[in-house]
Order: sequence, then structure tokens, then C-alpha cells
Amino acid sequence: MAGVTAAAVQGTAPAVPALALRGVDRSFGPVTVLQDLTLELFPGEVHALIGENGAGKSTSMKIMSGYLAPTAGTVEVDGRPVRFADSREAEAQGVVLIHQEFNLAQLLSVEQNIFLGHELKRGWRLDHGAMRARVRELLDQLQTPLDPRDKVAAISVPEKQMVEIAKALAREARVLIMDEPTAALTTRETEVLFAQIARLKAKGVAILYTSHKLDEVAAIADRITVLRDGRQVVTTTGGAMTEDQMAEAMVGRELSDMFPAKRPADTAGAVLEVRGFSVEDVVRDASFTLRRGEILGFAGLVGSGRTELMEGLIGIRPTRGEMRINGAPVHIGSVAAARRAGLVYLPEDRKEHGLILTQGMRPNLTLLALPRFGRRLLDRAAEEAALTRAIEEFDIRAPRRDVLVGNLSGGNQQKLLLAKTMLAEPQIVIIDEPTRGIDVGTKQQFYGFIHGLIDAGHSVIVVSSEMTEVIGLASRVLVMRNGRIAGEVRGAEVNEDAIVRLAMGLEGAENG
Amino acid sequence: MAETLAQREPGRAAARIDLQTLGPILALIALIVIGTLLNPDFLASRNITNVLSRSAFIGIIAVGMTFVITAGGLDLSVGSMTAFISGVMILLMNALIPAMGPSLGVILVGMAAGLALGAVLGAVNGLLITRMRIEAFIVTLGSMVIFRSLVTWLADGGTISLNFGVASLFEPVYYGGLFGIRWPIIVFAVVALLGEIAMRHTAFGRHCAAIGSNEQVARFSAVDVNRVRLMTYVLLGLLVGLASVLYVPRLGSASNSTGVLWELETIAAVIIGGTLLKGGFGRVWGTVIGVLILGLIDNILNLTDLVSPYLNGAIQGVIIILAVVLQRARKSTR
Repeated sequence: MAGVTAAAVQGTAPAVPALALRGVDRSFGPVTVLQDLTLELFPGEVHALIGENGAGKSTSMKIMSGYLAPTAGTVEVDGRPVRFADSREAEAQGVVLIHQEFNLAQLLSVEQNIFLGHELKRGWRLDHGAMRARVRELLDQLQTPLDPRDKVAAISVPEKQMVEIAKALAREARVLIMDEPTAALTTRETEVLFAQIARLKAKGVAILYTSHKLDEVAAIADRITVLRDGRQVVTTTGGAMTEDQMAEAMVGRELSDMFPAKRPADTAGAVLEVRGFSVEDVVRDASFTLRRGEILGFAGLVGSGRTELMEGLIGIRPTRGEMRINGAPVHIGSVAAARRAGLVYLPEDRKEHGLILTQGMRPNLTLLALPRFGRRLLDRAAEEAALTRAIEEFDIRAPRRDVLVGNLSGGNQQKLLLAKTMLAEPQIVIIDEPTRGIDVGTKQQFYGFIHGLIDAGHSVIVVSSEMTEVIGLASRVLVMRNGRIAGEVRGAEVNEDAIVRLAMGLEGAENG
Repeated sequence: MAETLAQREPGRAAARIDLQTLGPILALIALIVIGTLLNPDFLASRNITNVLSRSAFIGIIAVGMTFVITAGGLDLSVGSMTAFISGVMILLMNALIPAMGPSLGVILVGMAAGLALGAVLGAVNGLLITRMRIEAFIVTLGSMVIFRSLVTWLADGGTISLNFGVASLFEPVYYGGLFGIRWPIIVFAVVALLGEIAMRHTAFGRHCAAIGSNEQVARFSAVDVNRVRLMTYVLLGLLVGLASVLYVPRLGSASNSTGVLWELETIAAVIIGGTLLKGGFGRVWGTVIGVLILGLIDNILNLTDLVSPYLNGAIQGVIIILAVVLQRARKSTR
């Protein structure tokens, strides 16, 4: 890790940071998620905060913007210690967080959203004229040709991002905290955003920027802080780190340590064959084969149609095309039919699609495979036994057996979700984003589970936005772009460069 | 979420949940004590029989409503549906008399028709909600008004009366019974028992709770959401038919004012019993307690002159709101 050891930060920045964290800790009960973080945001600077999921980025951002209080340490604004009771107090000091999941009221207009809670008034009446003029001005600055009267529900995701930024600007933000602002933006839109960031910098706004896209970080960061497992690995000036060094600092270990040894892609028979498969208007003409005992990776940008394809395969979405399992043609029109055919899906959004947070572990575990637990009356004892086995097999750590699933940590929820899915005794398991938002230790454990599935004779499809995950797990990777399978990489070719080139459309079998 | 995990105190949390489970039972016991203190005749078997058999109609319907609400639905049409089914049953039986005479056969046909009509009307509500994707509130508000209007039209603005001969033959279905317990009470008890088993020990009950908690998770877990939803409305319709079958022999007539406000009493009983109005959690035994609480309040007010019986509605209203406040308390303990 040469070259990234706590390089002294020099530069021309003013001495007093607009916002600073000093020795901040944060723990949830016995779990420490952030330890001794010291971070300074100077006016007119972009400070990039990078780290893997679960490294403590979100917690840091929430502490800076008043959503969470630190367990120890101080938050300073202009050098003075402050205690934000809530995000409104932080906003009053000019510290604004732009959430990755937007905080916009879907049924209100762009204009109403921008001024929500801070409406301009003339006496007791709303000053529509002044607000309209101000919104037009802000949107012009952002080069976003939106009608202020458009409903937020009707605009695109990047436009929503711009509305969030406009909202922050309308609040006269001095410190802008951006949580992965480019996650849903195209290259062109990202450029517009960067131009905006440059303009904000010139105005003296301090910006904290998080992103998984390290090339972006290298391009715009004046200062970089790397977090790993809640600890500050390094803080340095922007030019001092290459992308590779950033990645190494984030992961802190060789990838080979994270993943069990790969099996060679053998030539076993096909268990699942998909030909000319289309899902609604999203996925067109997808064809691929999953071999028995294989881990097949699916990569591609967010919105490339990966999840839609999988939801089509298990009968959640209407489809056209051909599908064979063990050589026999199948038609799958519902999740129940998919389950009967031996095909199950572990959804990417475990809180909205995977688990019922307001119920306990037992009803969640057995919901998918409920027909196995009795035809007329459910066999409670068998359910309890299944839960005991699941807790043991997947190392689910719960404070009590009857705990509500919403009170489990993300990692334990994900383990329960895997246990639930496997209870249906499938041949083929599709796992969408296997480790989103779970800590590194659990991730490693989860990769072990996935290999265990293969050993037990299942065949697995892994869909992931985390490049390292696909590369570390799969012996063959299909890359999707714009609703089509753009190409395949296998064996030694499975590397970041090859996948990114396919995902971005820089090369490939077709120019779709 | 992590914070609540950190703050968990197993002992205290368990005690609090227990209190919420026990709440309706304690309220019922309190009512019985108050009733006994105010009037010694309160516990007399004649009075209890009276209360229970009058509560049975609401109770039978409320068991079905528990499933509908647990699955995230609502049905406002049950009161009007009772009136409509009762009216149709009476007209049908009257029409059969010239052919079959005032016989048991006429009554059996009438009862079968009542049950079948209930299931069909429930299915219509359910299909509009699941296939046409119209909100349950809107669909059943509409059908509530439609059924009420239809029964008024059938009665030509007055009362539909059952032929005297058939009525006297039919009477024992309400007034008769087994071992001194009237049929409506027996039927209510059986329906409640089966409902409790269905809710807690069958896939259907589990699926209702799953759909009411999170419809998406249910879909991704191979639950046929539309079918289960539809079945809850069919079940409720069938139980409304059953309540009508027991109701017709009581008065031998149906009119515009039959079953007025039953939908509200039914929903109130379900909520008082601890079922969440937004769905996801339901308990049938709680609903039974809720029905008994509402029935006893009415009875106590009638037996004593402490409070005017005209204030019955006000007291019921307070209790409904209190029950929801208790639910809120449970939610925040999550």
C-alpha cells in the first residue's frame, strides 16, 4: 500500500473548515460502525469519501447532516463545536444532505418540492410568482430544461437528482453532502453535474462527495478520505492516489482472500437454457445457458435490465421467448410455477421484495415453501425445526427467536432470505445483489454460502453491481447493456476492464 | 432500526406486548364486572342469551371482515348486503310457496340461495378490487349504496315480509337451539373457531397476513395475491349470507333499515380486537372479544338508566379510537 500512507495534506485551503468531524465514533448497541473519524470540509473544495458498502460512509454523512448524533467526538461548523438535534438544524446552518434515495414528494410539482417547508410567502399567501422565478433561475443554472409545474413522479431519475440539487441550492447550502449523486446518471448527465460542482466550488461551497466510481473521484476530488470497516484508512490530496491505490485501500486485502477458490468452468450439461427471451419493453432477445453446478455472473450498469430479466424468468413480469429446464420446455407464469420448476429468486431489494419486516423469522422463512409445511393445517413444529436448522446452517445471529425481522441487521436479514429461498429446494438459484449493504465479514461468509450451494448440487446465477463480486465468484460473466446481453467473458478474461468495456458499449458483439 | 435493536430490553418489551394482547380481554372483564354491579339480572342466562344472539350477526360477519382487513382490504358493503340478501331470500321463498307450499323445502332453497348470493356478491366486490384494480374503499362504498338502493326498490320503499306460514316454520332457526343455546350463538362459535384455525394454522391465514404486510414480498414468495384477496371477499360474502340466513327468521322481514351501520360495527369490532386496520396482522379471537364488548356496552346502557342509551354510539366511538391509540403504541415499540 505504498504511496497512500497518511500523506500530509498541503494546499492552499483556508485554515478553518466549513464543517469538520473530530474523533467521531458511532455505535449501534454493541456494534461500532464508525471509529475515530476526523474529516474536514473546506470551502471551495470537493472532499471525496470512499469505501465499500458498510464501511461507514452513510453513517458519516448522517452525522454531518444531523440525522444521527455521534457517540463520541465533535462536529464543528466554522471551527465551533455544534450539536445538531436534527437535520433541520443542520440545514439552518447551511449543511444539506442529498439522499441517494431521493426525498421528494412524488405527487407535488418540481416547484412545490424545491420550496417544501420553506415556501416563499407574501403575508399569509404563497408568493407563486417569486417561487416560479427562483425555480426557473435554479433550473437554468443546472441546465435542466424542466417545467417547474411538472409532477416529480413524471420526471426521470437524473432530473430528480437535479431537482434535489436545486432544492439544496435554494436553501443557500454552504456545505453540500452528496450521497452517490451519479449512481443513476448517464455520462452526459454526470458531466453537467460536474460542471455544477465546479460552479459551486467557485462560489465557496464545501462539498462532500461519495461514489463507487473511482474514475469520477480521481477526476473531481481535491481531497480523498478512504474508510474501511468503520475506520479511517487514509486522508490525502486528490492527486496523490491512483484508482488502483484507492481500490486497494478500500478493500484492504487481496480479492483472493475474499472469495473461495473458483472452480474451472466445466462442460457439464445445461440446466437452464434461455432463447430469444424478452421482458416487457425492457429486455430484448436475451439468450444464455446455465450449466449444472456453475456460478454464472450477470453484470451491467444499473438500469441495463439485469433485474428485469431475472424477474421475467421467475414469472413476475410478462415475457416472450423460450425457456428450457433440463432440456424440457417450460412456461413460467408465476413465482409459484417457477418454484415448482425448481427455479427461485433472491430479490435485490430485501426490505421491499424479500422479507416482511413486521413479522418474525419463522413466518418469513417458510413463506415461499409453505406448501411443504402441510396441505390443510400448517405444521408449526416442522416450521420451528426448519428455523432451527436455518439459524445453524446460515449462522443467523438474532437476539431472540421471535425477534421482528426488521430488527435484524442487514447481514442477518440477507442470511434469512437465503435460508428462505433455499427452503424451496431449488435446482437453480438466482441471487440478485447478494451482499448489498452488508459488512465485509458477512460478505465473505455469504460468498462461502454461495459456493456451498454449488457443492450441494445447485446451479447459481449471481447478479451484482459490485464488479469485484462478479469477478470473484463467477467463472463466466454475461454483461448486459440497454436491455440486451452485450457479451460474455469467461475464464481468465473475467476482469474489470473487459466487463466495463462491454457494459459501456465500448466493444461487443453488437452495437445495440 | 439499529437503534431500536440497541435499546431492546427483552423483559420490558415482552410485558408491554402482553398488555396489548390482554387489553381487549381486560376491557371485556371490566364490562362484565360493571354490568353485574349495576344490575343483578345482567348475568341471568336470559339476558346473556339475548346479548349473544343479537351479537351473533355482527360476529359472524366480523370474522370474515378480519380476513379482509388482515389482507389489507376493507368492505363497507356488508350491512347493505345483509339487507339485500335478506330481501331476495324472502321474495324467493314467497314466490316458491304457490309451487311448493309453506314447506321445509322452501326454507332450504331460501337458505341455499342466501349463502350462494352472499358468495356471488362477495366475489363481485373482490373481482372489481383485484382484477380492475379499484380501491377496496371505493368499490365497497359503491356496492354499499347499490345494495341499499336495490333493497329499497325491491320493497317498494316499505317492508318485504315473509309469508306467515313459512315464517313460523323458519322461526326456530333463530329462536331454537341445542341444549338451550340458540342456533345463532352456536353458529357464531363454530365460525369463530374455524376462523381462528384458518387464520393461525393454514396457509390461507399466513398468506393474508403476508399480503397485508407487504404485497410485493408476498408476490415474490409465490403467493397468488389476487386469488387470496378474492377469496377473502368471497368468504366474507358467504358469511354475510350466513348471517342473513339467521337474521330472516328473527323478524321475518327486511326493509330499507335492515343492517344499517353494521359495516361500521363490524369494522369496529375487528379493530377493537387488535387487528391492524392497515393490514398485516389479524386475530380472530380478538374480533370475537371486540364483538362482545360492543354488544355488552349496548346491553348495559339498556339495562341501567345511568347513561342514556342514546349515547351508545358515542361510547362505542370512544372505544374504537382508544383501540387505535393502543395499536399506535404497539407500532412504536417496534
